Amino acid sequence: MADEETYSRREFLRKSGYAAGGLVGGGLIASLITKQVMEEDPKTNPSDPNLSNDHFNDAFMFFTNRDDFRVLASSCERIFPDDENGPGAIRLGVPFYIDHQLAGPWGNNTKEYMLGPFYKGKRTQGYQSRLNRGEIFRQGIQKIKVMSQMEFQKSFQELEADQQDNILSAFAQNKVNMSGTSSAEFFELMRAATIEGVYADPMYGGNRNMEGWKMKDFPGAQMAYIRQIQSDQFIEMKPQSLHNMLNK
Amino acid sequence: MPKTLPKVDVVTVGVGWTGGILAAELARDGMKVVGLERGKERTTADYLHGHDELRYALRYKLMQDVSKETITFRNNRGQRALPMRQLGSFLLGENLGGAGVHWNGQTYRFFPYDFEIKSLTEKKYGKEKIKKDYLVQDWGITYNEMEPYYDQFEKACGISGEENPMAGKRSNPYPTPPMKSTPILEKFKKATKQLGYQPYQIPSANLSEPYMNQYDQQINACQYCAFCERFGCEYGAKSDPVVTVIPAAKKTGNYEIRYHSNVTEVLYDGEKVTGVKYVDIYSGEEYIQPAEVVALTSYVMNNVKFLLMSNIGEPYNPNTGRGVVGRSYCYQILPGATGFYDEEQFNSFMGAGALGTSINDFYGDNFDHSDLDFIHGGVISITQTGKRPIANNPTPPDTPRWGKEFKRNSIKYYTRTLSVGSQGASLPHRENYLDLDPTYKDAYGLPLLRMTYNFTDQDKKLHRYITKKTAEISERMGASKTVPHPELKDYSIVPYQTTHNTGGAIMGEDPNTSVVNSYLQHWDADNLFVVGASAFPHNGGVNPTDTVGALAYRAAEGIKMYRKNGELLV
Repeated sequence: MADEETYSRREFLRKSGYAAGGLVGGGLIASLITKQVMEEDPKTNPSDPNLSNDHFNDAFMFFTNRDDFRVLASSCERIFPDDENGPGAIRLGVPFYIDHQLAGPWGNNTKEYMLGPFYKGKRTQGYQSRLNRGEIFRQGIQKIKVMSQMEFQKSFQELEADQQDNILSAFAQNKVNMSGTSSAEFFELMRAATIEGVYADPMYGGNRNMEGWKMKDFPGAQMAYIRQIQSDQFIEMKPQSLHNMLNK
Repeated sequence: MPKTLPKVDVVTVGVGWTGGILAAELARDGMKVVGLERGKERTTADYLHGHDELRYALRYKLMQDVSKETITFRNNRGQRALPMRQLGSFLLGENLGGAGVHWNGQTYRFFPYDFEIKSLTEKKYGKEKIKKDYLVQDWGITYNEMEPYYDQFEKACGISGEENPMAGKRSNPYPTPPMKSTPILEKFKKATKQLGYQPYQIPSANLSEPYMNQYDQQINACQYCAFCERFGCEYGAKSDPVVTVIPAAKKTGNYEIRYHSNVTEVLYDGEKVTGVKYVDIYSGEEYIQPAEVVALTSYVMNNVKFLLMSNIGEPYNPNTGRGVVGRSYCYQILPGATGFYDEEQFNSFMGAGALGTSINDFYGDNFDHSDLDFIHGGVISITQTGKRPIANNPTPPDTPRWGKEFKRNSIKYYTRTLSVGSQGASLPHRENYLDLDPTYKDAYGLPLLRMTYNFTDQDKKLHRYITKKTAEISERMGASKTVPHPELKDYSIVPYQTTHNTGGAIMGEDPNTSVVNSYLQHWDADNLFVVGASAFPHNGGVNPTDTVGALAYRAAEGIKMYRKNGELLV
């Protein structure tokens, strides 16, 4: 832990200019005050030690049956497996992350242009599916299940790792027929969502205990690196989540 | 029936950098200015809990909602243009401050060569050097004429920088000293010096120290928190329209911003514009805002779209080469090389949007093009903008894209890669242009803008040449393995490249080959000013914002002159 020093509030005020002469702009002062208020606001900090530690968020918002969810979980685990580097997708909570994302704006394509007419288009023209991401995942998971039964007469989650990889490779290489989308498109979405679940702030349900960040030596939502930016040593810092920031 | 409101002196369509600068300059001059902003208000306090890669960088929190309006795209006229259904190649801004809020803050000037590119190239290399079908032309203004406007914009921002030995002459030093140097930057400096080049610290709108601008607005000092591009700055330490110019305009009492106001048409009587029509997107009510002067101050795409929808000026026709609106759309290319380091680990997750070091030895005509079959060049840089973990999973070639080996390598090399990158200049081509799409519509029933664009032969040759230079630098820096960017193929709307789109309503000396004059005043409507990178006749090989800001100051001066004499200024 080289050169990790506490960045005092006094210093922050001085260096950033918050406390410099002729301070203007109510927004700046307000933002500083907001932070102080947040830190001291008991309402944002559940302090009752008798409250349960259950992961209430580990439940389905998008999926409707466990089998589909297990297929997703096993697929994510092959994309980002548990190994000597650290936890894999399942231990990191990635399947729940994806479930929650699929239930929200991302899964419903609320910020995408979804008006027709729809045409296949060239590769360079990007996403042209009439399906939203939720529909693509639903269909993709059904296809994985069907293929698993066809090839190995077993559920996908019961297959050996290399058998699972064979099936996922077929999707990645666009060899599986899908309707209104392609298997490569589905696989790329699942791959991207898995990586997001590994490294997005833990508030989203993945990156449990910030273990994704720890593997990568990424310290999360730090306020400043002004004290470390010139260091010629690599700096390992205790990671900080947005929740930590709010409730320090 | 839309409701007609009382007339004002100036209405601006959009409130980002250009709308904010015009407002500050004109409201202070006593004019009544209304800014129509289709997004919402936002302040520095909105970014305090914003160190969230997923929400901002991946889900585009600060960007345009393309479910309501996007563009269509095709590589060439033979293809059917299809909607850009999600953001990718470039990130359009939305809400107060526009894309000026989520920028990195790299604030370079264009070089003297850019403004007189045609004359200077032909003078040195002959008429044949600029190939057929490239619509390269001078800007109708020289660097020396632009200098005072650059100076004003850089003072509004408080740019932190140091003298660049190869750049155009400055009337004043940078307002604040350069940002800190770091071991990563020093590595690049050392290597480029050894190769005989002249590195300098990137001019930065992330300020090295607190600064008060000419409007008495304070910009704070950068804390190197590494959340700049795609994020707003919670410190008020990245100069953006909201902390530099908009409050200056508001203070005068002459400026009103109307939020949630989406302009649908510029009203034009064939000689002058009389105002704009807009819809309040909350109430659904339509209004007409009459004005003495209308300024289009939205992003490149919509500046062009408004002209086309309102039938102002002749649309460009690629068959005949006639017409001007939509002509000369340009972008940039990104030559570069990634260095993988097996022995060293870098603090590459720390940084700031404009923290970096550059050389201009391969910019413009700073190197001899006699034996080269392209013109211009690009800046070559190393930046330390702060690598975030979702988007940065570098792996050496031949690593699978998923699975155990992917996991191992993407974790290992996350802090063990340094990239040397470039922005290559982009020259206008006869086949690259913007017009209205015949099929697809936005949420207001108006046609989407259609982009027809592909990389050119010039782009491919320049890319190859500069990529080689970046790879040499990477090797000299001591990378265990250097992987140059692959050769350019067809332009794709999918992966993020750069939000440096330009052209479509370009400036120039001749109404037959430009939309606006050098004050950004429309040739066919002397009370209409079209302000922004839409006016660039080509795109240079550095970030465009300094030039956008400078042109806005030029346009503000033009509007003041126009309000006195009421005619074409050139």
